[in-house]
Amino acid sequence: MIRVQREPFDPGAELNAFMATVPKSGGIASFVGQVRDFKGDDTVHAMTLEHYPGMAEREFAALTEDARGRWALDGLLIIHRYGELRPPEPIVLVAAAAAHRADAFAACEFLMDWLKTKAPFWKKEALDSGEAWVAASADDDARADRWKK
Amino acid sequence: MSLTVLYFAWVKDKIGRGEETLSLPASITTVSGLMDWLATLSPGHAAAFSDRRMIKAAVDQQHVDHGTALNGAREVAFFPPVTGG
Repeated sequence: MIRVQREPFDPGAELNAFMATVPKSGGIASFVGQVRDFKGDDTVHAMTLEHYPGMAEREFAALTEDARGRWALDGLLIIHRYGELRPPEPIVLVAAAAAHRADAFAACEFLMDWLKTKAPFWKKEALDSGEAWVAASADDDARADRWKK
Repeated sequence: MSLTVLYFAWVKDKIGRGEETLSLPASITTVSGLMDWLATLSPGHAAAFSDRRMIKAAVDQQHVDHGTALNGAREVAFFPPVTGG
């Protein structure tokens, strides 16, 4: 299931609901990304996530299809927020369900690594020093490149 | 050809709007050519497209390289490298 939404979500409740849909899965791996309250020596007061409506959902659909081609998966969940967030609100929840943990772990890591470099979202942080767009990290590119076939 | 062009994040900030509908000269056939032409429209456009290495593009909501042909595209988007997740 894929959801791109402005509203806050409860990762625990979402994970419980997802697990109930995959009773044949022995392993569920999940990842939550949340808004950090600092950047270097500065304080993060809020974060604005801009996104490309339509393309965001399409990219998530393509990523989940790719993951299903690589591993034996019973279910995938991606929830990603946009709009105004405050520390330490969750930004993203990814979960993968499989018969065995290896596939679930790998799919969850793959989805996050590729989401970081492909999903059309942009973060702007409100700091003591002012507002600033977050720069993409070379480390994220390197992590995503590991999954290239 | 009428084309919807979308801008996001600091590209949008520099240009001063997130969307515009433009009539393209027939001579523009690639994403790269489109950027060359957009950069002439205003000082804001010129600033946004001053360093092409910082600009990513999507044609009809698919990531593309700058050399990609427009081929009847309806929607082209320009944005910095993504930072979601």
